[in-house]
Amino acid sequence: MALDQIVDGLSEVSCDVLVIGGGTAGPMAALKAKLKNPKANVVLLEKANVKRSGAISMGMDGLNNAVIPGYATPEQYTKEITIANDGIVDQKAVYKYAQNCYSIIEELDSFGIRFLKNENGDYAVKKVHHIGTYVLPMPNGETVKKALYRQLRRARILISNRYMATRLLKSADGRIAGAISVNTRTAEILVIKAKSVILCMGAAGRLGLPTSGYMFGTYENAANSGDGYSMAYHAGAALANLECYQINPLIKDYNGPACAYVAGPFGAFTANNEGSRFIECDYWSGQMMLEFYNELLSGKGPVFLQLKHLHPNTIEEIESTLHKVERPTRGLFQQGRGVDYRNESIEMHISEIGFCSGHSASGVFVDDNARTTVPGLYAAGDMASVPHNYMLGAFTNGSVAGIDAMEFADNHDFAEFDAADVARERDRVMAPTKREDGIPPNQIEYKTRRLVNDYLQPPKVTRKYELGMRRLAEAREDMQERMIARNAHELLRALEVQSIMDCADMAVHASLYREESRWGLYHWRTDFPEKDNENWFCHTLLSKQDGKMTSEKRAVEPYIVPIADDEKDLYDKQRIRATA
Amino acid sequence: MPLASYQTSVPVVVDDAKCIADKGCTVCVDVCPLDVLRISDMTNKAYMAYDECWYCMPCEADCPTGAVTVNIPYLLR
Repeated sequence: MALDQIVDGLSEVSCDVLVIGGGTAGPMAALKAKLKNPKANVVLLEKANVKRSGAISMGMDGLNNAVIPGYATPEQYTKEITIANDGIVDQKAVYKYAQNCYSIIEELDSFGIRFLKNENGDYAVKKVHHIGTYVLPMPNGETVKKALYRQLRRARILISNRYMATRLLKSADGRIAGAISVNTRTAEILVIKAKSVILCMGAAGRLGLPTSGYMFGTYENAANSGDGYSMAYHAGAALANLECYQINPLIKDYNGPACAYVAGPFGAFTANNEGSRFIECDYWSGQMMLEFYNELLSGKGPVFLQLKHLHPNTIEEIESTLHKVERPTRGLFQQGRGVDYRNESIEMHISEIGFCSGHSASGVFVDDNARTTVPGLYAAGDMASVPHNYMLGAFTNGSVAGIDAMEFADNHDFAEFDAADVARERDRVMAPTKREDGIPPNQIEYKTRRLVNDYLQPPKVTRKYELGMRRLAEAREDMQERMIARNAHELLRALEVQSIMDCADMAVHASLYREESRWGLYHWRTDFPEKDNENWFCHTLLSKQDGKMTSEKRAVEPYIVPIADDEKDLYDKQRIRATA
Repeated sequence: MPLASYQTSVPVVVDDAKCIADKGCTVCVDVCPLDVLRISDMTNKAYMAYDECWYCMPCEADCPTGAVTVNIPYLLR
């Protein structure tokens, strides 16, 4: 039978621990769960193919948050991340990450993943952050996925590629019971019963529309359409601080990192059109992004990453990393434009908006054991709320999730779900295939994401948000009543649009709820331009209650690493001051 | 509502002379994160069926015969 032809079918399987998403956190979670109880069944479900899926499809050029003895301490790191996030951090999870990540680095090293070492054989850690030293280059970082895949095969993890999870199943008493998924090439439904479920489904990276107009030219892997946020929401889990958007400084049009984390330690820097530095530090924070945005609009733009002042050998070394690892088509792009780093700076721009705790602080709310607010449901990586995760955070918190989820599965039997939930979900999933006539998913997606750019991109204006909400509601009605899918591949895109639409609605709701400005550009509300610690020094939790989107405040847990008053605003001082 | 097809130049190009999909190879189709490659019923060679590319490179990097070339999509070139 031809690929993409729609097949009517439904089957059911069961496992002890179900991991959804085979990018970075997912494989580690599956591996750790299986190692904890080798007799248990662990299924790793993936929308694409675990061999090459997720943000690290082509590897990664470095660890951006390595807490390595001799260079940094967990206390230092926890303090820096707290300050970088304007204080809205539950430190317990960050501190636990900081304590555990070094052992994960050693484990990755034992998998054959190589990190930069100096002549003495020590890790060659570089400084990019405002205060501490945490960046460890990976000049051979293209091997990451292959090394992980070898471990998964060795541990006999059951891998199911090309299945997109669409909804979670729960029991009447609210415990996780499994998930419903659909084959992306046949549209057959697969129900997976599980004792615990770990969501590792990546960022909501297809939320805003890139300025190039190419829908898949996103910063994040375009497969990361926010399905995990949508699923968690519909399962009743709480999502934290979604108003803290992700916005990144990127190579203009190419929309990938330039990348100051790689080039900065060698002496490259972000410059304006006068060739001057204007930010103190290239580490991605909302405060830094605000200065970047201001510079672009000030008449002193464009903004560039400047390398041309460096020695040709240094430039060659930087080039060999940038053009080989993470986004290897960077070289092809620059070549096409005739840009040689030796005599021309790299033009930069800011990205479309998204959700991603890899770089900001929003996501499905988790505690320091990666537990969500739904019993038996876990989340890790870019979609979970531990801030500034990056790749190492996905590995480390994925590991935490895998171990705890297996413990949960060992102590619980399968929860019973209502068969009517499966029938209802099957109808929802297949609805676009039942219509003879209507609007294809790509048009609904383009319109939704164009509305996101027009109305939701910071600065956030209340009136624009209200108009955006109305326009999005109209697009949602079209999506629910008129969207068509003529083959299984189009159905995949039709399901992704539904995740994108949910994320857009959550972005609006969360942004309107927090009536202050915080996190620099990420949540800059023109109607409430000041930071208001008296009323808003708290997390916001968004969840579905009685079928309605609801937001509430949640207190920040008492700090375990104290922050002195004169340290609290260190990240607010990103702009280089003119000196007399 | 009637539908029209929309012309687009696709970024991934396959050299039919080198492609061994007709011998049963499906590597590029298997690894693509966006699932945009297919084997043609007519030529039995791989081709880009959907213009939804992240220009990420696994198809080119993993092709055993070097038949696949990833170009930058025209809109952002």
